[in-house]
Amino acid sequence: MADSGVTDGFEKTGGIERAKSEGKELTKEEKQRLRKEKKQQKKNKEKKDDRASQESGREKQGVSSAASAPQPSAQSAAQKAPSAVPAPVPVPASEAPAPAPAPADKPAKSKAELKAERRARQEAERASKQGKKGDPGQPGAAGKPKAPASELQPVVKRLPEHIQVDNPDVLKKLAKKLERQQIPLRLDYGYKVSLFSHLHQYSRKAPLTQQLSIPSTVIHPAIVRLGLQYSQGIVAGSNARSVALLHAFRQVIRDYTTPPNEELSRDLVNRLKPYISFLNQCRPLSASMGNAIKYIKKEISNIPSQCKEEEAKSKLLHCIEWYIKEKIILAAKAIAESSIEKISDGDVILIYGCSSLVNHILCEAFEKSRKFRVIVVDSRPRLEGREALRRLVQRGISCTYVLISAVSYILPEVSKVFLGAHALLANGYVMSRVGTSQIALVAKAFNVPVLVCCETYKFCERVQTDSFVSNELDDPDDLIVTRKGRTQLENWQQEPSLGLLNLVYDVTPPDFVDLVITELGMIPCTSVPVVLRVKNVDQ
Amino acid sequence: MELQAVLMAAGGGSRMTDLTYSTPKPMLPVGNKPLMWYPLNLLERVGFEEVIVITTKEVQKMMSTDPKMKPDVKMKMEVVCVPEDGDMGTADALRHIQQKIKTDILVVSCDLITDVALHEVVDLFRAHNATLAMLMSKAYEFTETVPGQKGKKRTAEQRDFVGVDQSGKRLLFMANEADLEDGLSVRKSIIRKHPRMHIKTGLVDAHLYCLKKAVVDFLTENKSISSIRGELVPYLVRKQFSNAVNSQKVKDDSEDQTQKNNEKLLISSRDESLLQLAQERSCWNDHRGDMCEAYHGGKLRCYVHIMDQGLCYRVNTLAAYIEANRQAPKLFDEPPVHSSAAISERCQVGSDSIIGAQCQIADKTSIKRSTIGVSSTVKERVKVTNSIVMHGVTIEEGCNIQGSVICSNAIIGRGADLKYCLVGNGQRIEPEVSRDQRMG
Repeated sequence: MADSGVTDGFEKTGGIERAKSEGKELTKEEKQRLRKEKKQQKKNKEKKDDRASQESGREKQGVSSAASAPQPSAQSAAQKAPSAVPAPVPVPASEAPAPAPAPADKPAKSKAELKAERRARQEAERASKQGKKGDPGQPGAAGKPKAPASELQPVVKRLPEHIQVDNPDVLKKLAKKLERQQIPLRLDYGYKVSLFSHLHQYSRKAPLTQQLSIPSTVIHPAIVRLGLQYSQGIVAGSNARSVALLHAFRQVIRDYTTPPNEELSRDLVNRLKPYISFLNQCRPLSASMGNAIKYIKKEISNIPSQCKEEEAKSKLLHCIEWYIKEKIILAAKAIAESSIEKISDGDVILIYGCSSLVNHILCEAFEKSRKFRVIVVDSRPRLEGREALRRLVQRGISCTYVLISAVSYILPEVSKVFLGAHALLANGYVMSRVGTSQIALVAKAFNVPVLVCCETYKFCERVQTDSFVSNELDDPDDLIVTRKGRTQLENWQQEPSLGLLNLVYDVTPPDFVDLVITELGMIPCTSVPVVLRVKNVDQ
Repeated sequence: MELQAVLMAAGGGSRMTDLTYSTPKPMLPVGNKPLMWYPLNLLERVGFEEVIVITTKEVQKMMSTDPKMKPDVKMKMEVVCVPEDGDMGTADALRHIQQKIKTDILVVSCDLITDVALHEVVDLFRAHNATLAMLMSKAYEFTETVPGQKGKKRTAEQRDFVGVDQSGKRLLFMANEADLEDGLSVRKSIIRKHPRMHIKTGLVDAHLYCLKKAVVDFLTENKSISSIRGELVPYLVRKQFSNAVNSQKVKDDSEDQTQKNNEKLLISSRDESLLQLAQERSCWNDHRGDMCEAYHGGKLRCYVHIMDQGLCYRVNTLAAYIEANRQAPKLFDEPPVHSSAAISERCQVGSDSIIGAQCQIADKTSIKRSTIGVSSTVKERVKVTNSIVMHGVTIEEGCNIQGSVICSNAIIGRGADLKYCLVGNGQRIEPEVSRDQRMG
């Protein structure tokens, strides 16, 4: 009787495991059957030997937990479908199918032997699983696809924490991480519009330095200064922020001394992590800054361990200098040269906001005696166009200044539109100052060519099709203006149905962009992934 | 290291000689703590771990020997002594400790009592890469009658004219009434760069300065500057707009020397070119309306933070001293009545009074709005109102003390009636004396 029960159980378990190996999910009945069989087998083995029964209990738990793991991941994968990219499979699920196929292949052996084999194999797998779990399982960077272990299991991409602000668990994790790094947590300010409640919103009047000690010891003074300049907007603009960041890193590296029994390549990277968290708290990092940081970290990790400290430091300083020279200064030169070919005499060029690259191009074109005039389009609350206007007029270029509400009136006069970019995304979308997509849209409607100028170090592997998922919320109080001594929006927080939204970025689809001018040449928007692939191969 | 703190405690207290002829100003008790405890506490609360204290030998001796005078702070204090002849100004003192200074400094005066959020001043210094950042506060009108002053006559204090730009942060102009003979004249270069300037007069300078290291180096070259507040600060404010600083021409020898000095002032961090690049690429400007880049291309910048709320006193006059005694308890959390004071049950001690350690207050006394110092004895049926009694004072029975300041170790005889008097150190007041200084 016992034998047949065991046989039955074995066949059924074999069937279930075969089903798993094919990738089907267990139904409720199959699970219940499995549980019953386990109980039976447990009773049988109690007579034989205790250790065996414990093992079988454990192995079944391992199998059932592995079985239940794919289900929640499937559900959450369904939730996050819009931004999902194939990513790592949860570890237990990958291991569940592995031991399963083996017993199904050899029914000829005796059941006890097979069970013993299975048990031994699962013990080995569990041991390796424990070993893997011991490592701190850090989530992969957003957008980095890893090879999925099983193509049939839907996988979850870990979302970066800065777009999950309305999730209290994520906030708790962030608070813990900052506490560990001894960096104060910056609190969100004011009512957030519901569509954007998943993003941080800080107030400029509450700087992070309020909670730091004054001669800052935890964070290098150059980084504190940089963070302050970021949060107050003194250093604004993608290129400026990257250059200032690298300058601060130069000072950090100069003042760095390797502690005893530590290696420079590992310790310096760990030293930089809290600084980067601090800067992120002051103002969310830009894509260009992210790429610069990746480059620096790679260079630091590549320093051979037998290298002396002085030599290593000078090498790193040299790398930073090289990066700025090649990726920012020379790239700007190359882009200016390519763009000047596109500017002909008699052109009327429209620019938006203050992009350092576009200003550089226009000044260079003017130096080369091209005859053109510029229309500067500006928007509140930043009013950056005024700064662009000042720089161009100082050089002698004749400019017109309008606000963005007048764009459709002025476009009939325009022959070309030059736009700068904050980042170029992997699907060809252009991320730039809020308002850029509108300009591109209107220009498209008027059949005016739109040229985006962007250095390759701003190319980002992220994919975005809308401006909601990942954006930056600036201080809402910037929208408040005082005219004739009256500030109408002074008490906006008391109005329950009023929210102020100050967005910083928006994305422009590639359909509206005719050409992207980079230092590698003039490419269409859809070639961005190619450039990224080429860059990765190079590195 | 980012900032080094320097505490200037060698001042004489020339405007309240009645109090300071026996006790040096840094050691005057305010709320039963020595005056220099307050700036030291401010520095400690903010996170400083070390401070250089510049003081006289007398004060140093008192600090180390006298237990009730010991400022009770956890920071490491490095005491530097300077001679007491009074010729050494604050800038001279900085020159004296030039070797110890390795980085930018925060200079605080020992008579500053404030609860300012120090990061406001230091943030201006950091964010704008300023040469000087200072703290000022709206002046407080002292309304209490000051003992020892006949009538309500107050010496006309020379006003300070402070000019700030529209944001209220950049310091454009600073002059004292004494220096302006025929009216206030503002240079055209300032007006051209900052067409809107707010000139304020009702401000008190807190004597808290953040200075770049280059300024200290500059002081070692220029031995003619002896006071920070009186000479250095106006000099720096003027130099922001000086043409010699911005131009490249080199004239004859004397000008050459000043040129060199000026260049020394302008030496900021290394990697000047990278900072310049970042600023060029940044789309930020501190002003608008003209064709100039951020900061008008000037490298020397002075900033000020003007407090409009909160405590900020400079205890350099008697009126300020009395007011500080009133307000100082808000700055520390200790209970106003010290645990070791022996107060009998039948006396009335008001809630805004401070009783020091080891005091003995006898029956039927009434103490309102007053401060009683350490180890003082107050006998029966004494009324103390609105007064400051320092350490070791004995007040015999039946006295009535109102609005007065009694200095250390004085003895007030039985039944004395003192109104608005100032009793000096170690004085004896005869019994049954009645004095009212208001009457003259």
